Amino acid sequence: MTSSTGVRPAAVTARGWGWRHAGRPRPAVSSLDLDIRPGERVLLLGPSGAGKSTLLHALAGVLGDGAAGTSGPAGDAGDPEDTDETGSLLIDGAPPRAQRGRAGLVQQDPETQVVLSRLGDDVAFGAENLAVPAAEIWPRVREALDDVGLGRLPLDHPTSALSGGQKQRLALAGILAMRPGLLLLDEPTANLDPAGVLEVRDAVGRCLDKTGATLVVVEHRVAVWKDLVDRIVVLQPGSATDSAVLIDGPPDRVLAEARDMLIGAGVWVPGYVPATRTRLAARDAGQLLLAADGLAVSRERPRRAGLRNGFRTIAPRPVQSGVSVQVRAGEALTITGPNGAGKSTLALTLAGLLRPVAGTVSAAPELSGGASGRADGRAGAGAGTDPYRWKAQQLIARIGTVFQEPEHQFVTGRVLDELMFGPRHLGYGEDRVDELLERLRLTELVDANPYTLSGGEKRRLSVATVLAAHPQVLVLDEPTFGQDANTWAELASFLSELLDAGTAVVSVTHDAEFSAVLGGTELRLRPRQTAAADAPGPDLELPEGVSP
Amino acid sequence: MRDALNLRGNHALLTRANPLAKFTAVTLITLVLALSIDWVSASVALAFELLLLPLAGLTLALLWQRGWPLILAAALGGWSTTILAPDAGSVLFDAGIWSISAGSLQLGIGFMLRGLAIALPAVLLMSCTDPTDLADALAQNAKLPHRFVLGTLAAMRLVGIMAEQWQTIGMARRARGVGSSGNPYQRCRAALGQSFGLLVQAIRSASRLAVTMEARGFGGAARTWARPSTFSGLDAWVLLGGLGIAAAAVAAALGAGTWNLVFLTRQ
Repeated sequence: MTSSTGVRPAAVTARGWGWRHAGRPRPAVSSLDLDIRPGERVLLLGPSGAGKSTLLHALAGVLGDGAAGTSGPAGDAGDPEDTDETGSLLIDGAPPRAQRGRAGLVQQDPETQVVLSRLGDDVAFGAENLAVPAAEIWPRVREALDDVGLGRLPLDHPTSALSGGQKQRLALAGILAMRPGLLLLDEPTANLDPAGVLEVRDAVGRCLDKTGATLVVVEHRVAVWKDLVDRIVVLQPGSATDSAVLIDGPPDRVLAEARDMLIGAGVWVPGYVPATRTRLAARDAGQLLLAADGLAVSRERPRRAGLRNGFRTIAPRPVQSGVSVQVRAGEALTITGPNGAGKSTLALTLAGLLRPVAGTVSAAPELSGGASGRADGRAGAGAGTDPYRWKAQQLIARIGTVFQEPEHQFVTGRVLDELMFGPRHLGYGEDRVDELLERLRLTELVDANPYTLSGGEKRRLSVATVLAAHPQVLVLDEPTFGQDANTWAELASFLSELLDAGTAVVSVTHDAEFSAVLGGTELRLRPRQTAAADAPGPDLELPEGVSP
Repeated sequence: MRDALNLRGNHALLTRANPLAKFTAVTLITLVLALSIDWVSASVALAFELLLLPLAGLTLALLWQRGWPLILAAALGGWSTTILAPDAGSVLFDAGIWSISAGSLQLGIGFMLRGLAIALPAVLLMSCTDPTDLADALAQNAKLPHRFVLGTLAAMRLVGIMAEQWQTIGMARRARGVGSSGNPYQRCRAALGQSFGLLVQAIRSASRLAVTMEARGFGGAARTWARPSTFSGLDAWVLLGGLGIAAAAVAAALGAGTWNLVFLTRQ
């Protein structure tokens, strides 16, 4: 069975296999019976909590040794004596832990898939660890880089300069250089833009065609992998009596038979867009809230020049400049564009979190509060027109920002405190909080620690916490990245309601279906160049008779 | 910072020397200079070190750019020694509790030069040495445990990522209404909260990186090295150079009669 590339495809056998993480009352996987033949390509599906990542980690031989699942709660790493394994899980008839390098794992987060700072060294790392003779390593490195389409970069190319999709392909190359018989991919494209997703998928396809290795991939978006795999296995959450495998078979048959069940579990079934609320008919142009004029943006701060230049302030080089755009009440603005075009940077600048390099962001009186007659006295007093200069509490009552990674925004240890945080500091009542808990299905979780929630729950919580401060403008950075179809539909429907109720929604997204639900204007950024709105609004005009 | 440590484009002579040889030479010079506070040994060593800048691909401008905190610290140390050291000889300047005398000025200058002469070799070393190559040399030549060396090297990459995360978490928390304004107590609390957020993210990143490394077979007993770390004739010269600078500094100070071992100095 050995192919010309020296790869011997691996077989997987599970017999009544189960695993319980340390400190958990219930097993992550139980009673798993599964046979994967050498060279087979399997897509693993199932609802959150079905133990898909646990199975991949076990096959990679990294379970029980600080192996926290990327989508799992914190503290998975635990005392190995406390974990519980039942049955058997074997690769080619032997335990995975005893066969380093037989299986290779690519995980979700591109940033932590890179080990070393030079491209070639990073690919060589795995081969070195397997004690491959030094003379054989560099040919393997070059071949692996060619296979994943990174062969044109020099071997000393800095890995920090790679895009997300390139980093995932680099991780794949690092695995290929180990010549594993089993490729394990744990949501490798969840954090990538559409171009990155295809880059990685095609690289995987090429490598499998060449080596004939066995593949097990976990991914919510079935359409991406459907044509590459020849079998779909659907797992269900662990229970002592039922088998862990719910359905197993060729892709077309499984998708036909289990379509409704998969849709119910939040899987992105090909050709299915979850039902969402439709927006009300368009009204007149909404009240102007925020206007950017000739904006240039960068995440870097201004730095001081050296002695020779008299310690002047040097402005950072903007990633995007000349942006003029308006944000209006009840209207959606979608910021799109390729990687590195500065979409998030622009959104954060509009949100008053980054200082503009050039140009202005100015809040209309309606938003800054000078003449709006808002009931709340404390944070409603006139706040000036520059959101960057507002105090944090003035900011959150006006512009709410939901970051891509929900965990970055958690400031307490309990879901309810997290939701109460904004209102308490602003002196608001608690009525909105109850409504948000109900609306975003968080009522059952009020006492949980935010860090222990599932990915979808974290996303819903982060939106709720920001909305609890009643902002008139909501800014979201890639809100649908890595979300299952159920969370996606809930979020899109909820935002469309907010829009109809008069909130302005600015979102950075690659998700065309999501922006279609929200409607409104698209601002497409070109890479590192001056951008203009596809459908530019009228020039900034302040409402007459309103003094700031 | 990660860009500053990248050596691409630097083809100076010393980039080709073995990192362990450079490391040993630097250690020699630093040890000798740490022994005595006097301006002669320090200025001799400093003069040699400045002459070596081109060999490491450094210019004075680059040196300032990378080493300014160290240079400022040395100057500040010298200045405070000058005004605070007990007076000896003629008093040059007197402003109540602060006074500068010939003796304290000499001590202060010695202190500053010594600080510079000790800091400069380290800046030189890092300017012409890639951290990966240093790790290779420490593990292969100095036989330090490879798990430890490579683990540290991989962790260093996370430091740059943490700097970016710090900025992001700061913005994310401002978007929750936690500001870095207010009285010092509030600022302190906000910074503590931000640090906690960073800590959580650092632990997450570290455990994911650990899984990545383990999944690539890291941690086994046997290991080969794709980049063999070898010595060449150049390394003998590097070692000799280090030894020479250290010896010249001591000899000059002994000759000038300024050599005073720190632990023998009368307080």
